[in-house]
Amino acid sequence: MQIDLRTVAIKPLRHTFDHLVERFGDKSASRYQEGSYNIQQEHIFHYRPTWDADRVLFDKKRTKIQMKDWYALKDPRQYYYGAYTIARARQQEAAESSFEMIEDRGLAELIPAELKQIALDVLVPMRHVEWGGNMGNSYITAYGYGTVITQPCLYHAMDHLGVAQYLTRIGLVLDGPDALDAAKEAWMSGAAWQPMRHHVENLLVLDDWFEIFVAQNLVLEGLLNPMLYDYLDADFSAKGGTAISMMTRFMAEWSAETAKWIDAQIKTAAAESPENKEQLSAWVKHYRSATREALAPIAQRAFGDKADDVLADLVSEFNARCAKLGLAV
Amino acid sequence: MDMKANKKKLGLKEKYAHMTRGLDWETTYQPMDKVFPQATFEGIKIHDWEKWEDPFRLTMDAYWKYQAEKERKLYAVLDAFAQNNGHLGITDARYLNAVKLFLTGISPLEYVAHRGFAAAGRNFPGVGPRVACLMQSIDEIRHAQTQIHALSNYNKFYEGFHAGAAHQIERIWYLSVPKSFFDDAFSAGPFEWMIAIGFSFEYVLTNLLFVPFMSGAAYNGDMATVTFGFSAQSDEARHMTLGLECIKFMLEQDPDNLPIVQKWIDKWAWRGIRVLTLVGMMMDYMLPKRVMSWKEAWEIYFEQNGGALFNDLAKYGIKVPDCITQCTVDKEHISHQAWCTFYQYAHASAFHTWLPNAEEMDWLSAKYPNTFDKYYRPRYEQWREMADKGERFYNNTLPMLCQVCQIPMVFTEPDDPTKICYRESDYQGEKYHTCSDGCKHIFDDEPEKYIQAWLPVHQIYMGNCWPEGTDPTAEGFDPMAKVLEWYHIENGKDNLDYEGSGDQANFAAWRGAATQNT
Repeated sequence: MQIDLRTVAIKPLRHTFDHLVERFGDKSASRYQEGSYNIQQEHIFHYRPTWDADRVLFDKKRTKIQMKDWYALKDPRQYYYGAYTIARARQQEAAESSFEMIEDRGLAELIPAELKQIALDVLVPMRHVEWGGNMGNSYITAYGYGTVITQPCLYHAMDHLGVAQYLTRIGLVLDGPDALDAAKEAWMSGAAWQPMRHHVENLLVLDDWFEIFVAQNLVLEGLLNPMLYDYLDADFSAKGGTAISMMTRFMAEWSAETAKWIDAQIKTAAAESPENKEQLSAWVKHYRSATREALAPIAQRAFGDKADDVLADLVSEFNARCAKLGLAV
Repeated sequence: MDMKANKKKLGLKEKYAHMTRGLDWETTYQPMDKVFPQATFEGIKIHDWEKWEDPFRLTMDAYWKYQAEKERKLYAVLDAFAQNNGHLGITDARYLNAVKLFLTGISPLEYVAHRGFAAAGRNFPGVGPRVACLMQSIDEIRHAQTQIHALSNYNKFYEGFHAGAAHQIERIWYLSVPKSFFDDAFSAGPFEWMIAIGFSFEYVLTNLLFVPFMSGAAYNGDMATVTFGFSAQSDEARHMTLGLECIKFMLEQDPDNLPIVQKWIDKWAWRGIRVLTLVGMMMDYMLPKRVMSWKEAWEIYFEQNGGALFNDLAKYGIKVPDCITQCTVDKEHISHQAWCTFYQYAHASAFHTWLPNAEEMDWLSAKYPNTFDKYYRPRYEQWREMADKGERFYNNTLPMLCQVCQIPMVFTEPDDPTKICYRESDYQGEKYHTCSDGCKHIFDDEPEKYIQAWLPVHQIYMGNCWPEGTDPTAEGFDPMAKVLEWYHIENGKDNLDYEGSGDQANFAAWRGAATQNT
């Protein structure tokens, strides 16, 4: 059965804005489309930036990657601000209830000491790696080209800040504020963390924003996130550390979701031209080996004598992923 | 069974401190000045970044939660508005011309603010300001998008919205005023950006910019816009706090910062006030139901509230900008001079104009007893007479623009409201014209910057404002028609008088259909 409310119907003069009509025809546009396409200015700028006098404010030449239409790099999740915050609010609610349960019931006390120490040694210092991810993605937001890619990079930057805060919270739950000091100490001078800190600092001085996208979002996250949230998580769960898995649930979901978005960007950019494909592939090869080296001592702490096998698996899964995206790596 | 006693829970403030502080570090594998290449070139000296408190103190999970809640409510209202022909609830379709000005002139600025705060959020070497700037960056894209979404429904039924929020601001003459303001700020360094946008725009001027549009919406039954306005209110409050925080931080860090900051305050106060001319005009002429006059708004929000602010900043050695003396004179004139300009150039504007009716002129006389009847009423009466005779006056030559604020040279001398104010500077053998002592001062301080200005009128005369492939030598070539085409202004639909427009006719017919049974 259905009931039929009558309304006063007025025939609209048009369905959406000119640039969307040009792109998709005169039909109702989605909120993602209205909020993302062509809202960055493109052609006319009044003054050369004092900090980059050879280019204009929004300049296609801040990367070696070139696209005929930068709006081809759309976000398959169709995140505009509203969709993004509503999605994350749902996830944070689930994460919050996990943390509350762990804190209220003292579940952290039940984690075997050895696992707890691995979490403190491996997960907590990662908050600094996440902060590097925040910086890289805010750089892309500022200096990238085309809202469909700069916008999700800001969401990604904020996500990295969120993840850094969840990792901080894991430290607080497991060992209080001292855990953060110990992690910072390890990050700054512990032998196992120096290759990673060196690598992260190298990414902070890159100039080409798409190179940052590849080095940070595709390669570093592509190896690190599965290592932490698949492999290490499986160890935690198997050995009585379910409480830790509960606290990393947000990150596990988030990394799977964002990987789909990152893949779509790389795939589209690689398919655009042989030059793009070659450049992307070269970056991936370079950063893959750099990332692997940076991860090795941390994997050693996490997986002991299985570390080499885990890294080999991660790299081969990563290579398969890149091959699917059309890269020659 | 006894559970082990919980560890003492951390207080909110303490917890926030752990969450964000200490995340960053002094880099050693790469030099800090390579990681933060924009931190020093403007001459601002910072000794301790830890002293810049993040005024928001929001963790990401809290941010997602609060903001998502606001988004759910906002979009529920927008959906209901669209479903129920909410556009017929406005006072009059004439009101929408103010909203067109907002979509084409202000929403694109929200977008640039989003990109500029992302840059600031990358470039400051301190966690507190970086996080605060990033939160403002994401808020600003929220504002750009929610404005577009709120106004999208009007675009379906009314003219003048169809070009959207970015096409026209790059091109149309009067929109280069707000555009060049933001281009100016973004092309400066991160500290000047914070004074220009964070402090001057978001703190000092927001009550004269954002608030008048949103109050205008509330007074004129525009539920879409006012819902957005209410939803953005708490974001704006955060942004104001950040603006104030940043200026105090700069001033507290080193005494050498004072002259630099003072120079920027002077510059951006005047730049901002020039942009506000468009808002003044909107308040005095474009709202069918008016909120208050521009002069009243200026007195309340600048002279009184701004005065209190500058009193507060006096302890750092900050002085009220010199240009305020001129503003005290200007407040009686600028809205009228601007509307007179738009009336004459209604053929080249993306919204409609009209002559104020008798009731509106009386209101203007009452609000501007010193100037309206003496200088402006006679002009409108003359134009009314001409229009009645079928000789509606259009100005068909293009005006000279100020090299700095880019407003046509229509403002008058501070001591003589019958004489146009021109100032001239020489730079590298060329002459440059400005509209006021304030703009001339800004030009003379950074001529290398302002000679780059893309002045819409010059560009039209240079033949740069036609659609690609236009042949200006073709027979019957009509340059103005081609400029309008390039602007995405549909001649006869988007521009000219409101009286007799499609908007007027449609609104009457639709409202009739919605309220009567014929």
